Parts: sequence; structure tokens; C-alpha cells
Amino acid sequence: MKLIKNKIERNGSGTVTLCPEEPEDMWHAYNLIRPGDILQARAIRRITSTQETGSTSTARVQLMLRIRVKNLDFDPQSSQLHVGGQIMNETDHTKIGQHHTLDLELNRNFTLEKETGSDGEGVGWDSIAIEMLKDAVDEGGKRRAEAVAVVMQEGLAHICFIGQFRTILKQKVEMSVPRKRHGGGDHDKGMSKFYQVTLDTLLRQMEFNTSSTSLSSTETVRPLLLASPGFVAAGFHKYIQSVASTTTPALKRLLPSIIVVHSASGYLHSLSEVLQSPAVKAVLADTKYARETKLMDDFMEQLRKETNKATYGPREVESAVDQGAVGPGGGVLIVSNRLFRSQDVAERKRWVSLVDRVRDVEGGEVRVLSSDHESGRRLDGLGGVAALLTFPIIEEDMDSD
Amino acid sequence: MSRHRVKNMSYDEEDYEDDGYDSQDPEEQEYLQQCTQEVLTQLQTGQPSIAATREEVQEALWHYYNDVDKSVNFLRSKRAKELQKKQSVPAAAPPKPKGQTVPEYYPIPPSSLSPHPAHFSAADFFRDSPWLNVPAHRKAEILVESLYPRLGLLGGAPEAAGKVSKLAALAAARKKKEGDKGASANTSTMSGFPSGQAPTSTSEPNVAPLSLRERLAANGKQQKRSDGLQSPRTLGKASHSGAGSVSLKVPSPEPQKLESLSDKPVDEEKTIAIDEGEIAQSAASNIRAPPSTFASTIVGDTTQPRMAEPSHLYSNTLDLMKIYGQDLAEPFDFTGPSPDDVVLNAQNSAKGMKSKQTAAKAAGDKKPQGDLATGMSNLNVGEKVNIKSKNLDVLSEYHKSNRKNAMNFAVIGHVDAGKSTLMGRLLADLKAIDPRTLDKYKREAEKIGKGSFALAWVLDQGSEERARGVTIDIAMNKFETDKTVFTIVDSPGHRDFVPNMIAGASQADFAVLVIDSGTGNFESGLKGQTKEHALLARSLGVQRVIVAVNKMDSVNWSKDRFEEIEQQISGFLTTAGFQAKKISFVPCSGISGDNVNRRSEDPNVSWYKGNTLVEELEKTEPYIHALDKPLRMTIGDVFRGSVQNPLSISGRIDAGSLQMGDQILTMPSGEKATIRSLEVDGEPSDWAVAGQNVVLNLVNIDPIHLRSGDVICRASAPIANITSFTAKVLAFDHLMPSMVDIHRGRLHMPGRISKMVATLDKSSGAVVKKRPKIVAPGNVARIVVEMDHAVPLEAPTRVVLRSGGETVAAGLLE
Repeated sequence: MKLIKNKIERNGSGTVTLCPEEPEDMWHAYNLIRPGDILQARAIRRITSTQETGSTSTARVQLMLRIRVKNLDFDPQSSQLHVGGQIMNETDHTKIGQHHTLDLELNRNFTLEKETGSDGEGVGWDSIAIEMLKDAVDEGGKRRAEAVAVVMQEGLAHICFIGQFRTILKQKVEMSVPRKRHGGGDHDKGMSKFYQVTLDTLLRQMEFNTSSTSLSSTETVRPLLLASPGFVAAGFHKYIQSVASTTTPALKRLLPSIIVVHSASGYLHSLSEVLQSPAVKAVLADTKYARETKLMDDFMEQLRKETNKATYGPREVESAVDQGAVGPGGGVLIVSNRLFRSQDVAERKRWVSLVDRVRDVEGGEVRVLSSDHESGRRLDGLGGVAALLTFPIIEEDMDSD
Repeated sequence: MSRHRVKNMSYDEEDYEDDGYDSQDPEEQEYLQQCTQEVLTQLQTGQPSIAATREEVQEALWHYYNDVDKSVNFLRSKRAKELQKKQSVPAAAPPKPKGQTVPEYYPIPPSSLSPHPAHFSAADFFRDSPWLNVPAHRKAEILVESLYPRLGLLGGAPEAAGKVSKLAALAAARKKKEGDKGASANTSTMSGFPSGQAPTSTSEPNVAPLSLRERLAANGKQQKRSDGLQSPRTLGKASHSGAGSVSLKVPSPEPQKLESLSDKPVDEEKTIAIDEGEIAQSAASNIRAPPSTFASTIVGDTTQPRMAEPSHLYSNTLDLMKIYGQDLAEPFDFTGPSPDDVVLNAQNSAKGMKSKQTAAKAAGDKKPQGDLATGMSNLNVGEKVNIKSKNLDVLSEYHKSNRKNAMNFAVIGHVDAGKSTLMGRLLADLKAIDPRTLDKYKREAEKIGKGSFALAWVLDQGSEERARGVTIDIAMNKFETDKTVFTIVDSPGHRDFVPNMIAGASQADFAVLVIDSGTGNFESGLKGQTKEHALLARSLGVQRVIVAVNKMDSVNWSKDRFEEIEQQISGFLTTAGFQAKKISFVPCSGISGDNVNRRSEDPNVSWYKGNTLVEELEKTEPYIHALDKPLRMTIGDVFRGSVQNPLSISGRIDAGSLQMGDQILTMPSGEKATIRSLEVDGEPSDWAVAGQNVVLNLVNIDPIHLRSGDVICRASAPIANITSFTAKVLAFDHLMPSMVDIHRGRLHMPGRISKMVATLDKSSGAVVKKRPKIVAPGNVARIVVEMDHAVPLEAPTRVVLRSGGETVAAGLLE
């Protein structure tokens, strides 16, 4: 995302103009834009006009619309963001108060304004929002590390794209593969059919150019991780090799970037195990994802050891923070960014203030995990918030709720 | 008119097997009604007034393409004909042509002259070419017989029921004659006494098998004899009837033949006396050359009657019939099929087709109608898959059947403990597989340098399993002892395939835990899957376990080693929840077969006095299954059984019973299917009960609705699809809210522990701590598990929760 203009006031209100450049930027926009904000973007609106004769005509006109955001609709698969709200500026074709849904588009600027009302309405550009903005406007281009992962088991494959901030499940391939039987060769046949379908789907999702002319193309190929329990991934790798050497030579470009790793199952949550494997770490070193996964593993380890130096759940973490356990020297507050997406302003304020407090007052570390990654999902399972503590605390019974 | 005709024609072709009228569109029907009404009025008001049935009128209209005038004409003449016939038949005299009985313009409607394009074929075109004429008796066997004699385009008026027209008969006879002639042509021309030929040729067809057309002719024989008297005919071509009943002139292009012709009638007893006029007439008319191929094609030459007697129309030089060498014995009688019909008839019968006309006229044609009815019933053979249930009382059948006890046992243990080999040895020693197959495996295994795996190949059938020497999926195999039928469920030991092992163990009544006694191997196994498998088996409801201490030959049958293992394992198994009396130990060696089926003769084993593995298996008490509960069966595999059974599923019935013809419901898809047939332990059967391993051949369902892991039940007592459940589980590892894989037999799906309700006291089940943060291994807890997709689960089902390749918990749904 490109930052075009930045006019954030000291009090937290102000506007920024941003230009999304790639699909993941839409996800950032989705996290930045909150209900109540003012969004200005180009819009195409269909105008119906009635002539004096009574005949009607419709025309599509381009407008610059400012809307007060009411709701957001994000489609993670196609990375499309639709922002609905009421129009705030009057144009030739629209009136104030009419509803409109803006479809944010790649490479088209939009301006986002957040207000801090005197009576506490609106949260403005709080620390989390500014952090998110920094994440979104990553000028160094460090986060190019992306990978495609196929997590599979017999008859089941999940094709997903691992980005810096999220993992998108692109497609799930599910097929019924006959089991081994006496005197039946159906199993092998079923498996090669399954490999074939998976490969076709994978190439389609990767938009991989399989024409023979593409062999000399210099287009970089993202790392392709094949993971499965048993021998399925290895079998798939072998299948790709055989296809590359026989029918589709263009696949040879793909072969060097394939990494076969072990996973416990073919389900998506095995991805965390995949990303921890040394072979993958070498390729995707120090991605945000890898750091987040590591953090979650550390947390789970503490929890497992029953040292009482780890806790999870909203109330538990808040009480730990109150006791000053999330301080300097190992205290880490782990928050899922899902909490900041809350429609409820008070809810968001609660978490933002907790984060601010830990960072500024307690001196602990704060890590915001993306809920669209596997680690974030694990965190969500724990209530969206967890903490590593500097000293063990005896937890009192939380029977009250 | 032409527009409608065109429509009719297309119907003719498309709905050839249907009654064309039924498929007429409303517009046409309406038009037909109009015309019918008009014709009826005209008939009544005209002179003389004639009554005609609606059907008749419509019939006529159909033939005249809704031309009202022509239909009226036709009906009038038909009435007149009937009248005339009534008078003439008793008299057996040639009919006197009467002016008013004759169609005014054409003896045959012009439209019938143009051959029906749909019926036009090359075969017909060359039908009268002598070089193609194989004698009738030679081709009789390959002729396709039509189901019904076909009636003609203009013929079959209701009054003509049962009769086949003279024309048809003539046509048939003539055709046959042609064949005869082809055979006898040489002799007749050479001898110069063709008349002598007549008796032979007439007798011949009686010997020859009846062709279709002959049958047609025979149908009309009776009538023909009398008819023949009144209307002797000559044919347009050089042939005469062979039936003997009808004498036909064989006018030949050659003059000398013509002479002989006049003699011929004398030879034939039954021949009609042909009056002089006729003979003269025929002689006169036969001076012409035979009709050209084209002409024959147009007019349908062979089947066209010729006028044997001058009609009042005879002198009409404009008569198309006459130009083509056709004579009419009498004004055309419309009761029979028209010449075109005869042609079409012949063609259709040759093609084995049923004509539209036949169907259309069925109402007026009694005999063909009967044929038609049977024909239709033949056609209405059901195509729907309809399986009849025998409505057995399966439970009483089961009690009556007195089967041997049937038991499943799972073979579990660490990878490379020798599970598959031990079971291969068991099967080989019990002669459950034939030695030749085993030899083959041995050869093949040695070829790839894995000679010791030969026995395991009995169960490891997959190509990958053999190549890698590792069992990947469960294998089922059965063998019988004197008392019991055992089904082996050989499980994979590798940790990656524990899901498959769960599927196997969930089908088992008891387990055989195979332990590698080799130094170091036992210890590593205990840490590995030996422990996990044993715990899983216990969690899945297995109560009895036989511990086969395998590879004892590798430790020289050391008693100390055996006792060490026995002590450690029994200690572990009792903590896992097995009762001490339900655990037994057998030292054995799968590769050599000692103490498997036969007692070891090795002197080192003399210290062991206990049972062999097979004896130990037989000691197991049969397990009671829930026969009278609602049907539940987890699909183990979906596959293509054979050509007859393109969709089969296998599995073990968990509860209830089923039989052939039952309708079942698959969950979670909620689709219904019918059991076409079923197999119990590889034997066809009509029914099956809980505890049996079955293969169900299904129909009326799409295979995409069936996946392994789905549950079969009845629509009357379905299993519910749920997205979350509460379970009481035993934690094998630290439990905290996290993502888990949920396993239930073959069924496995992703889910997450969303809430930990409480930790419970192990023995009493009382709540120890509410809302624990984490549950330590070995504790019992009540947890809530949520899933992304609805799956068929119900209490009390045993589930296993795994995470990161480890079993974290196992328990019971609440």
C-alpha cells in the first residue's frame, strides 16, 4: 500500500490517502477502516432519470463519494472489500444521506478519515490503527516472502497461499479414493486421479503458465510446500516430476521450488507444523508468520509446563496485567487483531487501552497476531488474547462467569 | 394443406413407434376436427347419403392430407364397394364395374403414387433386380419378421378387419415367384416348356420356409380363393403366383413366353377360369416391355396389381397406372392396403419396424390389434431399478441361521513389530491363502530384495506398501477355525497412519498387540505406537487384548526377556484400563511360525506351556452386538465392485440389521439409496446384522454423496448431523482450547476444543475443577468440541482427538 498523503493530527483525528497495490492491501484496508470512519473514494453509481415524457433512462456515472462507513464486507478469497455507508457529500446525482457501497479497487486512491469526537465518539487514529497503518505501508518491500502450500492427505488437499499477514485457503480438493482391496488396483488409479486433479487445481490457482514457451520465462516462482502425513506429498512430488518430464515441460520451472515436508494431517491447521519444519524455515526465514507461530508455540509450551507463567482468556489476561505480570523482561501480551475489528467501539477501546497500557505503562511487549494466519486462529481458540508472564501468578477461580 | 402435411411427416419420422395422432399438436388436431365435421356433413347431405364413423373419416382425412373433397370421394366409393362386395361374394362372379363406385379421376389417389420418402431405401430400389434375388427359402432365416402384418396406407378400413388384402397377398406371392423363377429360369427357357414348370414352381413355396410376405399372403388365402375367382389378375412382371391358390399370369417380355402363358392356367387345378377377354387382355397388355427400374420404383412395381380385366377406365389413356403397365382387375377396392402400403409394408417388415399406420389403424383391425397388444407389452419391459425386498425378519433369520461365531480383531503395535508378517503366517498356516500365491509373493519380494516381507504381502496389497515395506492402510482378511470365523483387521503401525489404525480398531472386538521383543526395539516401541495403539484400542472399546511377543527367535527364545516384557506391558495395560484377566501373552515368531498355529519345537521354548496364538484367539468370548438398535454403519470404503455393481460400499455394521432391497440414508449427505444386493464376509446374502462385515451394492444414488466415514442409517431413525458436541475424554496430552482432528472410525474431520467445561474425578466422575485452563495428561475432563462442518455423530460414540500427529484425548460423546 502506498501512502499518498498523511494528515493525522496530534489528537488522533485526521486523514490519510492510500493507494492499495496488491490484494493483501485490501486486507489491510479492511483492518484499518472501522464503522464510523469517513471514506472517500471513486465510485460508479447508476443514475436513473425520468424524462418529462415519463420514459426513464439509466446511466452509470463516475463520482467521488464520501461516505460515513456503516459496515464492511471483506471477501478473503478474492480479496475484495465492499464498504457500505451513507453519502456525506452532495453531487449532481446523489443526495446526502443516500446509501452507497464503495468497492475499493486496486491502484485507486482512497482517503480515510477518522474523527475523535469530543464526547468520545469515534476512536480516531489510536496506537493500534497507526501500527496497522505502518504495517500496511511497508515501503521496504521486505514482506515479499510468500509461499504456496498444499497440505494434503489421501483424497484431501488444501491449497493455500501464505502471505505476510494472512493465509488464504484458495481451494480444497476432496476426492473419494478407493481404499486398498484384495485384487483391486483401484487405489493406485484413484490416487493418480487425485494427484492429477490437485495439480490442475494448483496450477490454476497459482496462475502458472504451462505453455511450452514459458520455459525460458524469468518470472519467479513462489516456493511450493507440499505437506502430508505418510507418502502422499512425496507421491505428489513424484507425480509432478513425471508430468514435467512427459507432457508439460513448463512444469520444470516449478520443480526447484518444491519442498516436501511432513505434516500430521491434511487439514489446514497442520500448516503451523509445516512452517516450523527446518526446510521451510530456510526458505521463509523470519516472516511475520514464522515469528507468530514461534510465539504461539512458546506460549503453549509454558502452558503445558504448568509454570503458571502463561495465561489466556480476556478476564485472566486483564487481571494478570493488573497484577503487573506483563512487564519488562519477558512479559508478552499476545492479541489477535480480530479483537480490533470489533464493531463495538467500547470493545475496541478496551483492547486498545490494554495494549497501550502494557506497552507504555507496564513496559511489556505487545504482539498483534493476524487472525488470518494459523497462529492467530490458535489464539482465537484461546479467546483471542493471551499473555506470557514475568512471574507466576496463582489464578483464582473464575467461577463467577 | 401442404403445411400440415409437412408437420405430419416429421411426426412420422420422429415418433415412428407411436401413434402419430397422439403426437399431433393441438393446432393440427383442431384442423382435423374441422375437416372431419365437414366431411361428415358432405357425406350426409350428398347423394346418396352415407353414414360414416368419425374414425373412418379421420382415417381418410389423414390419408388425403385433410383434403375434404377427396376424403368424401373415398368414403363414398368405399361404401359402394362394400355394398358391391356383399352381393358379389356369394355369387362368386366377377364384379361388374359400376360407374358410381369408381373414383372419378384416379383409381388410386395421386398422392399415393409418390413414394413416402421416409420409407424409400436402396433395398427397395433394387428389390426387383433379378441378380439380387436370392431364392426365398434361402434367405428365409435371416429375414426379420415384423411383429404384425402391416396394413396399407389406404387399405385397412374397419370392415376389412382381419383380412389382408389381395394386393398384399399378390405382392407376396409374386415376390416369391420371382425367387422361384430365378432358380428355374434357365430350365424353363431352355426346355421351351415353361408350362411344365408351373407345378414345380407352385409346389415349391410350400416347402420353403415362409417369408414374411408369404405369411402375409397366407393370411389372406381363404379370402383370396374366392376373391381370385372374381378378380383374377395378371401381374405386371414375368412371374406368377406360387401359392397355387391364386393363379397369376406371368407375362414375359418375350413373345414365346407369352404363348406358354396362355396354357398355364390349365395346369392348375384351383386356378380360376379366366375368361377369354381376360386372357386376350393380358396378352395384349403384355406385349409391352417390362417396366423400367425407375418406373418400378415409382409405382412399386412388383406389388402393383395389374388390370386383368378391362375396367371402364381402361380406355382412359391418361391413366397413369396404365402407362406404367398396370391393369386393374376391378376398380380398386379400398378395403385392402394400397399398393404403396404393400411396398412400405414389405420394407418395414424387412427393417423390423412397426409402422405408424399399423398403430393408427389398430382400432379397426382386430387381429393386428392383438399382435399389437402383445407387442406393446413386450416393449414395456421395465427399465427402472426396482429391487424387491424379501421382507425378512432379519433377527429371527439370524437366530435360525446358526452361524459360527464371527469376530473381528485388530492387530496393533509399533511399526515394524511384525504385525503383517505375523498375520500372513497365521493365514498361511491355517491354509486361508493358497501356497502358490505365497510362493509368488516370495519370489516377487526376493526380486526387490525384501524376501522377509513375503508373508506381509499377503495383507499389504498396495503397490506403495510393498515398495516401502510399510503397511499404510488397514487390510481385512478372514479365516476360520472350528468354532469361529475370524476377521483380521491388520493396522498400520507407522505414526502417520494412526488414523487408519483408528478406523481398524473401531471395527474390532478384541485386539492382538504385537510387540517386537528384539533388544532396543521393544523399548522404542513402548515409547512409540505400542503405547498409543494400546490406549487407542482401549478408548475405542476394546476390552480384551492378546499380547503376541513377536520375534522371540531373535532373542533366542529367552524366558527372561519374555518375562521382562510381560511385566512391563501388563503393568502398562492395566493402567490403561484393561482388566488383568483379559490380557494374555504368547511368545511367538511370525517369520518362522513358532507358537502361531503350531507349538514350537525349539528346545529353547520348552519353558512355555501356554497356548499358541490361535488357541488364544479361540478362547475369546464372542461379543454381543446391538442387533435391535437402529441401523448404524460407518462406510469404510466406497468403490466400484464390478460391472453389475458399479457402486459398492464396505464396512462393519455397528448396530441394527439390514436386508436386500432396504432403503438406506447416508449421512451427512442425507441422500437415500437402495441396497441392490449385499455380501456378508464375501458371501452373497439376503440380510446382515450388527457385527458383520458387509459389502453393500447400492443403486439409485450418486457416488459423490458417499465418502468413507459417512454413516448409513435408516430414514426412520436417522443419525443427526451436528457441529458441536460435549464429550467426556481422557487426556493423553495437555488439553487446552486448540485445533484438533476428530476421529471416529473412518470418519475424521478438523475441529477445535472450544471450551473446557470441567475436570472430572476419574472414578466417580464428579467435578473436580470447573473451567480448567489446561487439563494434564491422564485426567478426565468434559470438553466442548466444535467443528466447521456438520458430521453424523451421536451419543454414545467413542471419539479420538488428535493434534499435531499425536493422540491428545479419547472419550465418549455425551
